[in-house]
Amino acid sequence: MAAPVSVHLEFGGGAELLFDGVKEHHVTLPSQPEPWGMRQLLVWIQRNLLKERPELFVQGDSVRPGILVLINDADWELMGELDYQLQDQDNVVFISTLHGG
Amino acid sequence: MFLFFISELKDAVRVRHSCPLFVKCLQKMCQMQRGAGSSSDPCRRPLLQVRPTWEVGAPPCSFFNESRTGSGSCCLSVRSCFREYFTHKFRAMLGKTRLIFPGEKVLLAVSGGPSSSAMLSQVQQGLGQSAQKKLRFLPGLVHIDEGGALGLSLGERQRLVSELKAIFQTSGFPFHVIPLEQVLDLPTSAVNTTPPSSDRAPDCYKAAGDGGELQQGGALAEPSVHEAQTRSLQQLLGSATTLTAKEELLRTLRQHLLVHEARTRGYSKLLLGESCTRLAVRLLTCVSLGRGAHLAQDTGFSDCRFGDVTFVRPMREFSAKEIAVYNHMFRVPTVVIPSLETKTLEKASIQRLSESFVSRLQQDFPSTVSTIYRTSEKLQTAGGGCCEEDGRCLLCLCSLDTAAGKASALQARLISEQLCCQKPAGTVKVEPSPPAGPCCSSADGECGSAAGGAVCCSSEAPEKKDLQKLLCYSCQLTLRDMSSVAHLPQYILTEAQRRKRRSLMKDEISEFLLEEEEGSS
Ligand SMILES: [Zn+2]
Ligand SMILES: [Zn+2]
Repeated sequence: MAAPVSVHLEFGGGAELLFDGVKEHHVTLPSQPEPWGMRQLLVWIQRNLLKERPELFVQGDSVRPGILVLINDADWELMGELDYQLQDQDNVVFISTLHGG
Repeated sequence: MFLFFISELKDAVRVRHSCPLFVKCLQKMCQMQRGAGSSSDPCRRPLLQVRPTWEVGAPPCSFFNESRTGSGSCCLSVRSCFREYFTHKFRAMLGKTRLIFPGEKVLLAVSGGPSSSAMLSQVQQGLGQSAQKKLRFLPGLVHIDEGGALGLSLGERQRLVSELKAIFQTSGFPFHVIPLEQVLDLPTSAVNTTPPSSDRAPDCYKAAGDGGELQQGGALAEPSVHEAQTRSLQQLLGSATTLTAKEELLRTLRQHLLVHEARTRGYSKLLLGESCTRLAVRLLTCVSLGRGAHLAQDTGFSDCRFGDVTFVRPMREFSAKEIAVYNHMFRVPTVVIPSLETKTLEKASIQRLSESFVSRLQQDFPSTVSTIYRTSEKLQTAGGGCCEEDGRCLLCLCSLDTAAGKASALQARLISEQLCCQKPAGTVKVEPSPPAGPCCSSADGECGSAAGGAVCCSSEAPEKKDLQKLLCYSCQLTLRDMSSVAHLPQYILTEAQRRKRRSLMKDEISEFLLEEEEGSS
């Protein structure tokens, strides 16, 4: 049983529009049998935070191409992407890089 | 602390291998990483193994995440390194071309989006630099409020505009926020190329401008929006029956308004914040839209199709990702302005489709964008020089590409349009010199399905036919997707009339000349 994890989520570059325009979310992920990874976090976000048009945020079990993910300010591609295991007080940022003019 | 996107840096190294500052910058990062490499501190665990393809000659090294140690020294240097890298790239872009001369008035088109906001932040920084590195031009800011076209409420528009104004005010530059509705009142000069003559241009436009006096760091007399104007604008965009055509139309109108603003305020350069990713998308869009002939102008570093006002794209070497990280890292304020594409489906328009294609491909093949981008760099404009106005498209001002041969896509399209409009039972005749009138757009009625299939061809409004002749291939396609031309702004219609009269006159004269020639010989 994994302990609950508090993470700080941030949405930017227009991604916040899918979350009622709210950029920052402090959330506590409840205790669950397996540890919290990015994969589970995305599912949790979809179920609990995403207000509309999930296809504009997720694609398959990952984020939609064009959305940059930073875990503690590091590109998530370098952190194992979906397999990254969240630590308490992690900072996860989702920035949409689509149509930036 | 901040990590880089290896593939992109790798590309950057390849491109700028000779650039000493950049190589130094990379070496610094590598040194820093190597120094920290042996630490046993769990918080300093290596986050990234640099792939062996790294080309600076440095051995594989790794970056370290210090965000949880709180010591911050390493973090600071990576931050400043990234800033240095970003700034260097920006300055190199402006510097190597020597396009902007000291003291020149330069207008920055700022949409509030990430790329143009990063550009603004760079210019701000550049002007605050010590004398040696200082940027030496005089910047002004322009924002076009497109809320009317998007159907935003007045309150929403005001909110967005005031957010932007707050950003503009802190910059201290003069700024202009212009509602897109103003495009309806442009003079015909907006669709004409004006030769770049340094002493003449600003004067003749000053008269047309409303209070062109520049005051440092403030908004200039703001044009108010009337509801009726917003309605006409919406009618105009509403007459475009596809999202693709609507976006192209909006882009064209925006361009006209920007050029007009630059002219009336005496700016000779207009900086656009299009990123490399954006331009790769644009490039694919251009190809799909039949704008192949205009690729170099639409995506190049500079574009002088308007003559006296040159478009410059100083952000074209930055990927959207680099920009997003830069903005995030240095807290560059941006404003999320909805666009026609916001929250639309991937297949809603060609522009949208190109974007998702590029971002998907980029995901699997990280050098996609830079490859496409470099392709665009190699393109040279065939007819880039200034030709007379009759040879230019009325809407996009690129040189007309419609004089192509019989085997061209244009001819093929016209012939297939004709074929589909023939009576099904009748014999099919192909006329090699077809009228440029389109027919089968859904708005014009059911072509082919109705009994009198041929009728729809002739029912085409004559104004639309006349207008088609003045457009390039791609703009013809856009016009074809418009239900009517009646809502087009007056300056376009007036200029179309003028050009038509001129060409008629030319024909008459040439006939006369021919006759005389025959008589005399
Ligand atoms: Zn550096
Ligand atoms: Zn055109």
